[in-house]
Formats: sequence, structure tokens, C-alpha cells
Amino acid sequence: MIKDITIGQFFPGNSPVHRLDARAKILLTIVFIVMLFTAGDMRGLGVCAVFTLLTFLISRIPLKMMFKGLRTILVIIIITSVLNLFFIHTGEPIFEWKFIKITDKGLQTAVFMVVRIACLIIGTSLLTYTTSPIDLTDAIERLLSPLKKIKVPVHELAMMMTIALRFIPTLIEETDKIMSAQKARGADMETGSFIKRAKALIPVLIPLFVSSFRHAEELALAMECRCYHGGEGRTRMKQLKMKLIDLWGTVYVFTFFAGVIVLNHFI
Amino acid sequence: MSYIHIRGLEFSYINEAEEPPVKNTVLKGIDLDIEKGEFVAVLGHNGSGKSTLAKCINAINTPEKGEVTVDGLDTIREENLLPIRKRVGMVFQNPDNQIVATIVEEDVAFALENLGVEPKEIRRRVDEALKTVGMYEYRMHAPHKLSGGQKQRVAIAGIIAMEPDCIVLDEPTAMLDPKGRSEVMKTIKMLNREKGVTIVLITHYMEEAAQADRVVVIDGGEKIMDSVPKKVFSQVDVMRNLGLDVPQVTEIADFLNKQGYDISGEIITEDECVQALYGLLKDTAAG
Repeated sequence: MIKDITIGQFFPGNSPVHRLDARAKILLTIVFIVMLFTAGDMRGLGVCAVFTLLTFLISRIPLKMMFKGLRTILVIIIITSVLNLFFIHTGEPIFEWKFIKITDKGLQTAVFMVVRIACLIIGTSLLTYTTSPIDLTDAIERLLSPLKKIKVPVHELAMMMTIALRFIPTLIEETDKIMSAQKARGADMETGSFIKRAKALIPVLIPLFVSSFRHAEELALAMECRCYHGGEGRTRMKQLKMKLIDLWGTVYVFTFFAGVIVLNHFI
Repeated sequence: MSYIHIRGLEFSYINEAEEPPVKNTVLKGIDLDIEKGEFVAVLGHNGSGKSTLAKCINAINTPEKGEVTVDGLDTIREENLLPIRKRVGMVFQNPDNQIVATIVEEDVAFALENLGVEPKEIRRRVDEALKTVGMYEYRMHAPHKLSGGQKQRVAIAGIIAMEPDCIVLDEPTAMLDPKGRSEVMKTIKMLNREKGVTIVLITHYMEEAAQADRVVVIDGGEKIMDSVPKKVFSQVDVMRNLGLDVPQVTEIADFLNKQGYDISGEIITEDECVQALYGLLKDTAAG
């Protein structure tokens, strides 16, 4: 069961959002964030919200994932809305009781902020929902490749990310084994206070740490045997290629962006 | 000169943790010649130096004394490293520690990407390698969801995609269950017979060694025997003194032989054993 965890939050699929080039998706996500912060009023934000929902529907990711993403930042949403609601005192008061004073401006700002944060989280999580970790790493490597000129080890970083992703299931499996082994020796990991349970994890973490070094050493050897010698002169089997769909994706995002700008400045 | 040519090979590990550093000589002057297309098994118990020897063949270890050449290339020269590793691929014991990527076909492509092969050519060779080991249907799978034997076959595919002349396998079946073990052995034999790949199989399973064309026995860093399996295993007493077993059927034949029955000592497969026992029983019945 523990073996079946999905790495990252990737949902394989074949929707237009899935089929976009990973590089295009990263760049368009950045454009989306800019668009979100360009929106100056409720109408602009409304366009952003429509965009977010529409894209989510196109991707055919189960809708409940949208709320799951929001649940993790529920606290932030609540704090933001409370702060805005009670501490903005400009505008017409709509509710007053002792020291509490809520104004229409405050209410407006609170709603505005909540919608903006929600769109931000839903929109950006769509990137990891629809892109496999491998494609994502690959795309990051390529997008950052100009930095190689100023001696940033881009290839090495990407390789480290790939290997880390590769070893997550292996290490989880191993943690499972070590925990069983320690339990068989009488270790108690389920009862006691939080601190006691945390301390009980030490006999699990140390063997895990040692064994990950052993993994690393053997993997390095195996990589050397397969002629690994850094990023120099390396080719890739899968070539990332911009296709027509990426152009359509760009047009789609920029149409909404243009809408936001028009609403901001002209209407 | 033979394809893999080893003369007077000496190698030692230095344990720096001790004070003064302790030198542990693992290989003490080994001579070995392996021709193209051969299937050689290297036998020895733990600590005999067989894994160290394997790592000397593809220049992971370089000789302290003596020389190792592959296809005429000296392993001690830095510029020969890549050409040698392209010719001699290596498969290790633990399949988990040899798989680099999160998708089977990406992993098989790894060596070719390192060598800077054209993308189209990589695609062709990856598909071919996966078909050769019978893992083509699993090309899009995540490696951690495969069985041990399947993972080891993926590791082998990653090596044969380089199209090497020779594959050195360092106890490739040690961590597998019997089913995985037979899958891997079948793949190895097929590569040798059908593709003409030179195989050097490091093992301590006698049944596996018995399938090779030639068995080299190593003990204490020295070569003790080097002959066809029949000749090696028929020396049951010598093997026992080295702490090695012989195949079960050879043991039976040896036992019967010592009891005074007329049975050949050079029996290494079950079929041979059955035939010999049948002959023996028929003779007894007739007599």
C-alpha cells in the first residue's frame, strides 16, 4: 500500500492541458500569476477566476482535487480575510458593535484577496497535476540552460532532482522494512507523547541514512559504468518540441490577459 | 592478443581508517584471457576477489601491478575509459541501485544519452534492447513497481542498448527469487548464443556456473582452476577444500563413485545424471 503513493501530484491524462509542452506550461503559469496580480478590481479578477475554472475543466482533473489544494491553505485564507475584514476602516460602515467595525471597503478587499489566493493556488497546482515530474525536471533544465553560461550547474541540479524522484519509492519501501524490523525488536512507535514518538524514530532514521549512502555509492558506480560523464555532449531520447497546441495555449492565456488589461485601463 | 587480456594483475584496497593504513591485497597476480563470444563463469566464495576482478575489466579499478587490456585498449589510460566502458557493460547485484530514471524506457536510454547518440537512433536501440530482454510491454512503467527479475532485465537492457561486445555480470541473481533467477539466466544465455555477446558471469551458484562454456575458480586472489565446467566440478574434493559446492547431481555421482559404483564423475546436469543412473540400474538389473 505504501508502495502505491504517487510521486508529486501527477494525474496522467490526455487533455489539451496535459499535451502542452512542459516548458510552455511553466512559462504560461508565470504569465497567469502576472495576470492575477495585474487585475485591479473585481471585474478583472472575475476574468481570472473564469480562466482558472475553465482551464481546470479542460484538464479533466477530478474537481475534488481543486478543493483538496485549497484545504491545505485554509488557515492562510481565513487569516487574510479576517485581517482585511476587521482592519480596513475606510469606506461606509455596514456593521458596528463596540470596537468591531466592518466597512464595505473592508468586505470588498477581503473577498478580493480570498479569490486571488484561491485562483493562485488552483492555477499553479494545475501545473503539477498535469505534468509528470520527469517532464517538469526536463523543462526546468532547458529553461534554465542559458544560466550555464554563468557557470550555474543546471544539468547537475536537474540530474539530482531526477534521481531524488527515482529514489523516493525505494526509500519509502526501505523505511517500511526498517520500521518492521525495529518493531520486531520491541520498538514502540505508536504510543506516547509527540516527543516520545519523535524520539522513537531515531532508530529508523539512522539505518535509513546509512543505507541511502550505500545506495548513492552503488548508483554512482552503475552510472559510471554506463558512461556518465556529466552534461557535456549529452543527447536526449525525447526531444521537447513546441507544437501547434502550444501556440493555441499561448493564444488562450493571452486572450484572457488582454481582457484583464482592457478592463483595467479602458472600461 | 585475446579480447580481454589480463597479465599479472595485482590490486589492493587501502583502509585509511586504521592507523597506520592497512593494505589489503585482494588480487595477487592473475592471468586470464577471454576471447570474443565466450561465456565464462567466475566462481569463488565471499572475499575471494571475484568482484574486484570484475571491476578491473571495465576500468572501475585500475591495476596496481600487471596489465588489463580490452580489445587492445589499456585500462590504465584515462582516455580509454569511455571506449572501454562502451565495449564492456557491467550489471550489478542490486537492481534498485542501477536504475537511474523513473520510467523504464528512459532508464534504458540513459547510457546512450551519455554517449551523445542521435535521438532517433536512441529510440531504435532502446526498443530493440527492451524487446531482446522481453520487457517491451513494460516500457512506460515505473521501475519500482516491477519484480526483482524484471528490474534486473531492465538493467541488462540498459547495458545492451550500448551494444557492447562484452557484459560483465557481478552476481546478478543474488538478490532474486528462483523465478527471477531463471529469467535472468535465460536472458544471459540467449545474449551469448544468439547475439554473440561475450559474457563474464561472477557467481557463487554452481548451477549457474555449470551453464557456462568455461569456469574460472578464484580463491584468495589467485586463479586456482580454469577449465570447462565438467573438468572443474569433477574435482569435488578440491572444490570442497575451497569452501565451494558442486552441483547437487555432481555430488551424487561423486558419492556413488566413492561407494564403488561405475559412474562418471563428470556429470553436471540433471539429464546427464538421470541417464547415468538409468544405465547403472539397468546394468545392475541385468547383472
